[in-house]
Amino acid sequence: MTRFVGIGLFIVSMALLIIAAVVPAQAQKLGPDGAPNPTASVTDQGALLKQAPRIEGRIDIPDRKASVLEQPAGRTWDYFHEVLLHWSATVVIVGTILLLGLAYLIIGRVRIAEGRSGHKILRFKAFERFSHWLTAVSFVVLGLTGLNITFGKIVLLPLVGPDTFSDVAQAAKYVHNFTSFSFVAGLVLIAVIFFKDNFPAKVDIDWLKQGGGFIRNKHAPAGRFNLGEKLVFWFSLAAGVAVSASGFLLLFPFYGTDIPEMQLAQVVHAVVAILFIALILAHIYIGTLGMEGAFEAMATGEVDLNWAKEHHDLWLARQLKEDHRDEPAATPAE
Amino acid sequence: MARMKFLCDADRCIDCNACVTACKNENEVPWGINRRRVVTINDGKPGERSVSMACMHCTDAPCAAVCPVTCIYPTEDGIVLHNKDLCIGCGYCFYACPFGAPQYPKVGNFGSRGKMDKCTYCAGGGGPEAPGSAEEFAKYGSNRFGEGKLPLCAEMCSTKSLLAGDGDVIAQIYKERVLKRGYGSGAWGWMTAYREDIKV
Repeated sequence: MTRFVGIGLFIVSMALLIIAAVVPAQAQKLGPDGAPNPTASVTDQGALLKQAPRIEGRIDIPDRKASVLEQPAGRTWDYFHEVLLHWSATVVIVGTILLLGLAYLIIGRVRIAEGRSGHKILRFKAFERFSHWLTAVSFVVLGLTGLNITFGKIVLLPLVGPDTFSDVAQAAKYVHNFTSFSFVAGLVLIAVIFFKDNFPAKVDIDWLKQGGGFIRNKHAPAGRFNLGEKLVFWFSLAAGVAVSASGFLLLFPFYGTDIPEMQLAQVVHAVVAILFIALILAHIYIGTLGMEGAFEAMATGEVDLNWAKEHHDLWLARQLKEDHRDEPAATPAE
Repeated sequence: MARMKFLCDADRCIDCNACVTACKNENEVPWGINRRRVVTINDGKPGERSVSMACMHCTDAPCAAVCPVTCIYPTEDGIVLHNKDLCIGCGYCFYACPFGAPQYPKVGNFGSRGKMDKCTYCAGGGGPEAPGSAEEFAKYGSNRFGEGKLPLCAEMCSTKSLLAGDGDVIAQIYKERVLKRGYGSGAWGWMTAYREDIKV
């Protein structure tokens, strides 16, 4: 028994000796002339930056993000923000406005073909309209104050001068931060309220085949929402979730995120927001200028019967049937 | 025209953090703000090196480019200054800075950032305050540069690891050191900051 312990001790001590002999050999390297070279074991910054995109180390202050010594990606993010974002956002937003202008020139305002019937039917209840406008007003405020961060120094700064612009930008920053909450509240309401009416249906294919109501002599059938509206719903929901998630990461900087994640959050926030603005510009166009009788659905909540017949025939039929179901109780009393 | 730069000779830095303390004291920087810090790479391993890092006063400074209110600008000496009156505390300069230099006092709710603070090369502020005035000192710290002096961190570095001054002069000093002692781990951050390296 003691002999086994003795052998065991011998093996352990030999292993320790070998480790002790190997480690200093790693620590002290010699230069080509045989003299100790303190930098022989140092990995230089070029090699470090090839191994990882950042050089990180240990610091003596309790600020975790300060442990990143060098992140050349900052210059890449600068290029994204000042060159790529400026140009692509300009092309996307100005391009969308031009396309919508072109659509107006070619197709013009889509009229109610049979004219107004004079009869109205309720399309959006008060709470549905409230949810829409809560989101809509928040969106416009967020969009303008957000664009100010990227384009304000090009568009607004030369007009009002640096001091006024700085005051405006400071206020815009706070407005942007706080309006985010009402936007998210509106987005959640819209998602819950309109979820089931926006599920894809067979009729959507027919609607698409009939040219989506943009071809005058063709009738495009639809339920409560047509395919175009459904696409706006789903794209808005996806974009809304993406801007909200990335936005809250930016609102709470470095709460569990590090520098590349903050840069990524900003890139996602900016790119999705620009596409979102383009989508909503199209949504605003079709809801106001582009189509007669559409805006009142969200304004007063009631639409003309002929408008409903032309754009949402299946929904109208269902609504009328429901109304008739209530009527028989009243009819015998006549 | 002199082009002011920083150079940290990592083979001389002993991680004493005197530069950090000197900076905080000279500029009376508020609690929680670190204009300069020492980062130790490969701590406790072979090839460990400490590098003192602050704003490098970059060529084509990315912070100045991304600033939404254009409050950051280079002076004729290549020092990157900013105007706190214009700063809105958006935090973009921190995302763009390759060296983590911009600092923000925490004000109000959430992650609300106050006006950005960073190394001024001990050259006062970039605002309308008169150079060397009490108002300038309260906002930005010391203006040694206006008195013909270099930043205190480099001036009082005990091993003369941290060098400040005209880029060509400090590059020459570093080159001579490397040639004389036979080694050098390079000018940390120079390629990223100034788009040039010191070839020995």
